[in-house]
Amino acid sequence: MTDQAYNFAYLDEQTKRMIRRAILKGVAIPGYQVPFASREMPMPYGWGTGGVQVSAATLTPEDTFKVIDQGADDTTNAVSIRKFFERTAGVATTEETARATVIQTRHRIPEEPLTEEQVLVYQVPIPEPLRFLEPSEIETRKMHALEEYGLMHVKLYEDIARHGQIATSYAYPVKVEGRYVMDPSPIPKFDNPKMSDNPAIQLFGAGREQRIYALPPYTQVVSLDFEDHPFDPSKADAPCDLCGAEDSYLDEVIIDDAGGRMFVCSDTDYCRARRASGHVGAKGVAEDAA
Amino acid sequence: MYVAVKGGERAIENAHAWLAEERRGDPSVAELTLDQIREQLKLAVNRVMAEGSLFDPDLAALAIKQARGDLIEAIFLIRAYRTTLPRFGMSLPVDTGAMACIRRISATFKDAPGGQVLGPTFDYTHRLLDFKLAADGVVPPAAEAPPRSAPMPRVSGFLDREGLIQDEPESDAVPPDLTRQPMELPGTRALRLQALTRGDEGFVLGMAYSTQRGYGRNHPFVGELRIGMVAVEMDIPELGFAIEIGEIEVTECETVNQFTGSKSEPPQFTRGYGLVMGQTERKAISMALVDRALRWKELGEDNVGAPAQDEEFVLYHSDNIQATGFLEHIKLPHYVDFQSELELVRKLRREASGAQAEAAE
Repeated sequence: MTDQAYNFAYLDEQTKRMIRRAILKGVAIPGYQVPFASREMPMPYGWGTGGVQVSAATLTPEDTFKVIDQGADDTTNAVSIRKFFERTAGVATTEETARATVIQTRHRIPEEPLTEEQVLVYQVPIPEPLRFLEPSEIETRKMHALEEYGLMHVKLYEDIARHGQIATSYAYPVKVEGRYVMDPSPIPKFDNPKMSDNPAIQLFGAGREQRIYALPPYTQVVSLDFEDHPFDPSKADAPCDLCGAEDSYLDEVIIDDAGGRMFVCSDTDYCRARRASGHVGAKGVAEDAA
Repeated sequence: MYVAVKGGERAIENAHAWLAEERRGDPSVAELTLDQIREQLKLAVNRVMAEGSLFDPDLAALAIKQARGDLIEAIFLIRAYRTTLPRFGMSLPVDTGAMACIRRISATFKDAPGGQVLGPTFDYTHRLLDFKLAADGVVPPAAEAPPRSAPMPRVSGFLDREGLIQDEPESDAVPPDLTRQPMELPGTRALRLQALTRGDEGFVLGMAYSTQRGYGRNHPFVGELRIGMVAVEMDIPELGFAIEIGEIEVTECETVNQFTGSKSEPPQFTRGYGLVMGQTERKAISMALVDRALRWKELGEDNVGAPAQDEEFVLYHSDNIQATGFLEHIKLPHYVDFQSELELVRKLRREASGAQAEAAE
């Protein structure tokens, strides 16, 4: 291994400085997408290069790092990113949400409430919430500048007219401090309320699209809705079959050829901690018996 | 009972070990050397250097070997390596007019000072599989001639002298660098050319071809295509003058395009420009056509809504490393999002079947 050949956390200090400036600008203008000179990373675009660059610019040698993908620490890409920073930064890593100081995530917000001591780094594929309504970046930047969000409201209204409800279940658009409409990254809308008034710093990195944006602690984040069609953070209507949790987001797992299924917490650390403290779901077994 | 999936880390390690074994192939067959790749798969090496934006045939050969011949993967390896390299400074612009050409052709003039030089080209070969190559591959030496010493002035210069071709004003402005600054659009022509020269050959070719078939047609002729070595010079502050730091092979293509004039410009010939590292002829010609199509605004032409005229469309989709990464990321787990979609679709179906039942009553 020639890991010593690379700087701490892979990126050179100049690049980290450039990224930190973008982060600071993002924190100063919550929800605004700051262009940054995204670097080519040794993992593919679309696989978390934005989050990795933000984490690299955020980590210090004293940090404890946690990586989740789909809520789980042991999904392949989470393993790969965690190993990358173990190699290039030598930071301590953990699977426990409470012990981590920097958490990089793809598609979920941990169930356990975050604290002021923590930074949550989101991997973002398409940072522009208006992209699928208007493909041109020149146009969407103008729309944000002019706070011209009518198109988004028309889209949500058309959903209701056609389906009786807003047909967006993840990457559900939010408005930040009454100003910028922001893409929360493809988290399920179940997680949207956790973004608002969160004590942790929330940073969003989109490598391929060269954008960083941020939510400082205790920022107001509102999921777009209508008075007569209020936002509904839905999840599978079942408890976790392993730990019995009723309040966590669930994955549906097919368990036999007959289409039998069970629901389990998508946040593996949350589920593990609950089982360790004695909670048992319908298909689980008590920890000490296992 | 369901056991949470564990062991991702070991699975990854095993997968990579298997990959290494597959890369080597049958061990009773001799292993490829980097020299062999560099010398005998030179056009692959050239493509990797051009789209990887790094002129280093040895590293490109290594990348091709490591990538098992997957050129986009090899380009990715080069790009990821390139970003870690320090910047010493900028070279002076290369003088392609002083190129030591191995090939130089013009489709617009039967002859021109410096002559037509075919060079090592596939053109006019009959595309018949040569089974001799499968046997011994011993090549009889090609005929030799003394190197040409006559200068090869650029063909477009002759049209320029007559004022028949649109003027290309000189500029000493430092061009933007999309590898160091976020791409901001609308961009300058220098930015577009940088994106095109490192863009995916297939994409740029497809865009160029679309202009020929009528989507933003611009009647191109290959005014000149030249391939050869150019000197790279750099100003050394301590010395106070520029010195040559090396030579690189490049392909340059200048197209001459018919133009009947516009609101702002008189009838004249216009230009498209392509410059690509290595012998990369198809790419350089494609680049010139797309460059010309993207110049519609500057030349006062109409935007007919063709894809090749749309700067944002071309620039945001030409990079194969961005494209392949994002395309292939859909292999990654998406079960959280899929779960929320499942619930939505079930809910919509329940409501739809409820509505049908009501209508039937």
